[in-house]
Amino acid sequence: MDALRACVGEVSVSEFRGATRVVVPAATVHDALELLKEKHGFDLLIDVTCVDYLNYPDAKDRFGLVYLLVGTDTNLRLTVRAFVNDPDPTVRSVVDLWEGANWLEREVWDMFGIKFAGHPDLRRILMPHEFTVFPLRKDYPLQGMGERHNFPVLTRGES
Amino acid sequence: MAVADLMDQVATTKLDELVSWCRKNSLWPMPFATACCGIELMATGASRHDIARFGSEVFRFSPRQCDLMIVAGRVVMKMLPVLQRIWQQMPEPKWCISMGACASTGGVFDTYCVVQGIDRFIPVDMYVPGCPPRPEQLIQAVVDLQAKIQREGTIFGREFAVASRQQTKRALQEV
Amino acid sequence: MPLTPSVFADEPTQDGMQPYLWTMNFGPQHPATHTTLRLVLKLDGERVADAIPDIGFLHSGFEKIGESLDFNQYVTVTDRMNYISPMSNNVAWHMAVEKLMGITVTPRCSYVRTIVCELMRISDHLLCLGAMGLDVGAITHFMFAFSGREKIYEIAEALCGARFTHSYTRVGGVMRDITPQVVGMIRDFLKFMPGVIDDMEKLLGQNRIFVDRMAGVGVLTKEEATNRSCTGPMARASGVTRDLRIDEPYLSYPDFDFKICCAREGDCMARYQVRMAELIESLKIVAQAIENIPAGPVNIGPEQRSVLPPPGQVWTTIEGLISHFELVMPNRGAQVPNEEAYAAIESPNGELGFYVVGDGSPRAYRARCRPPSFVHFATFPHLIRGHTLSDVVAVLGSLNIIAAELDR
Repeated sequence: MDALRACVGEVSVSEFRGATRVVVPAATVHDALELLKEKHGFDLLIDVTCVDYLNYPDAKDRFGLVYLLVGTDTNLRLTVRAFVNDPDPTVRSVVDLWEGANWLEREVWDMFGIKFAGHPDLRRILMPHEFTVFPLRKDYPLQGMGERHNFPVLTRGES
Repeated sequence: MAVADLMDQVATTKLDELVSWCRKNSLWPMPFATACCGIELMATGASRHDIARFGSEVFRFSPRQCDLMIVAGRVVMKMLPVLQRIWQQMPEPKWCISMGACASTGGVFDTYCVVQGIDRFIPVDMYVPGCPPRPEQLIQAVVDLQAKIQREGTIFGREFAVASRQQTKRALQEV
Repeated sequence: MPLTPSVFADEPTQDGMQPYLWTMNFGPQHPATHTTLRLVLKLDGERVADAIPDIGFLHSGFEKIGESLDFNQYVTVTDRMNYISPMSNNVAWHMAVEKLMGITVTPRCSYVRTIVCELMRISDHLLCLGAMGLDVGAITHFMFAFSGREKIYEIAEALCGARFTHSYTRVGGVMRDITPQVVGMIRDFLKFMPGVIDDMEKLLGQNRIFVDRMAGVGVLTKEEATNRSCTGPMARASGVTRDLRIDEPYLSYPDFDFKICCAREGDCMARYQVRMAELIESLKIVAQAIENIPAGPVNIGPEQRSVLPPPGQVWTTIEGLISHFELVMPNRGAQVPNEEAYAAIESPNGELGFYVVGDGSPRAYRARCRPPSFVHFATFPHLIRGHTLSDVVAVLGSLNIIAAELDR
C-alpha cells in the first residue's frame, strides 16, 4: 500500500468481508495498475466494470470504475476503484497492460459511456452501432425508450 | 376392369388434400435457435425424444431448404433484422413456430432490447408456451401444425392470402 | 504452417498479381455457432488472415433486470445466463449475495450445492464435448453425450421440478432439500456415467481424423492465457494451474479429494482432453459428496431474516405468517449494507463471478456478472489467425461459447 501511495498519491483502503479495496484517483489508474502488475504480482485482470452512483445514498461521484485483480502466484485478490464524473468521463485504457481488458473496456463504454483514452478499438460491442444512449446508466429506463418496437412489420402477403 | 374393382385399388382425394398431406409429413425445420430453448430443440432432435417419428427430423440450417421455422429463444434488437431476412429467404409455403415464452411474448425479459414477441414483426402459426417448453410440447406443436396444414392447406397457398393473416396478431401498440 | 497473418497476407503471388483478401460473413445464424454470434473473416485463399467478432445478438439486459428484481427473484434470470449449467449460475449469484449480507450457509446446504455444481459441470462439459465432435463431423459422439445429459436432466427434475432453468438456490439455502430418491438417482448416474465417458473417449480420443483436426490448432500459450484474462479449462489447457476450487476453496470443496486437470499444449486437443479429464474428477467429487451429506437443516434459521419459512408453518402459525409477509413485501425484505461484494466460483467455463452493490433495499443496486465466455471469445481472433476456414468451427467448439452468457 505504501508503494502504491508513493506512486499515485492519495489512496484510501477499506476492507469488507475479507476483500481489500483501494480507491485511487482516476488520473492515475493506469499507473497504479501497472505498479500492481509489475511489482506486486497481480497479473490476472478478472474484470473491468462500472457502477453508476446516480441515486446511491451518500454518493459524491457519478461513476465508479472497478478493476478486479488476482495474483496467480499469491492467490490474493484486490479491487481497485476509481471515480469519474460527467460531463466527460475518461480514464486511461489498460489494454497495453492486459490484452484481456480490450473487450471489457468496450463493454463499459457501450453500457456506461465512459471513454478509455488510448483504447485501440473503442466501438459499441453489445448494442447496435446506431444506438445513441448508454443503457446501464440509471437515468435510462428498464423498458427502454421504444427502440425495441422500431422495426418494419412483415406480413404474410409481403414475405 | 370394372369400376368396382378399381375402387379397391385407388384412393380418391382432392388435390389440395393430397398436397397438404405430402407437405405436412415432410416438414423441414429451420432451427432459429438463439437461447435456452435451443437446447431443448437439440434435445428434441436427439436420441430420447426423436422428432424423426413425425417426419421433421431434417434440420437444415440453410433457409432456402426449409419450410418450417422454429424460433427458439428470445430475439433482440440486433437479431430481429436477421430473423426477418431469413424468413424472407425461405421459400413458400412456409410456417413458423414460436417456441417458448421469450419468442412469443418477451417472457421475463421486459427490457430495452428484447423484442416483445416476434409476432409483432413476422407471421407466426403456432405458439408453444413454457420457459423452456419440454420436448414433448414442441412435438405436440409440430403435430398440431400438421393438423392445421392438412385442414386448411391449398396447393397454391391461397390460405396465406386471407385478410386475417395479413395483419399482425397483436393490435396492442405501445406508445 | 505460417502462423502470423502479415506473412501471407502481404506475400505477392507468383504471377505478380496483387494479393487480396476475401471477406466472409460467418453467422449469426450458423450451425456451428450453436447460438448466435457473428464473425467477419478475412480470408486469403482458405487461410484466415483475420477474424472480427461481432457480438450482441443476444444482449437482453440481464444486468439492468438485476437492478429491479430482488435477490431471490433474480435467480430465475441467472438461469438463462449460462443455460447449459444453470445451477452454477444460481450458486454464484447467491454466494455473492450471501457474502454481501454476511450469511454463512449450513454444512448440508454447502454439500448439496457442491453436488449440483459438479453435476452441472458434467452436463456442461458433455454438451461442449458433444458439440465439439458434432462440429467436426462426429454425430454419434453428440448422441452419446446427450444420453448422459438426459440423465442429469432427470436428476434435476426430481430435485427441483425443471429439466433445466432450475432456479434452485435461495438466499441462505436451497429451494428444496435433497431427497433419498434423488440420492438414489445420483448413485445410479455414477454407475452409468463412466461407461458413457469410456465410449466417448474410445470414439474420439485416439481417432486419427479428430486428432489431426484438433491438435496444433488454436494454440494459446501460458503467458497469453494470463494476459488475456483466461480462466477455467481454457487456461488450464495452456498450463495455468489455477482452479478456484483449490486455490480459493468455497462451499465444501476442501473436504474432497480431487485433482486439477491441466495440459501444456494449449491447443484444441488439449482443451478437449482437459474437459474429458474433468468429467472424471467431477464424478469423483460427486461420489465422495453423495455418501457424506451431513444431517441437519438445509436452510439457515428464520432469525437471519432471509429464508422464507416452510409453507406448513406459514399456514398454521402467526409467527410463520408474519416472517413470510415481512420477507416478501416489496418495501421490507432482507436488509443489506451499503457495500459492494464480489464472489466467484469455478464454473464449468471458468471463473464466474458476480459483483453486487447493495444500497439498503432488498434489490441489488448493480448486479454485474463476470462472464467467462465473453473473455474467452475475445481471444478468438488471436487463436484463429493463420489457420484454415475449417478450423474456425473446431476452435469455436473448443472455446464453448454460450451466447446468452457472452452477451447477457
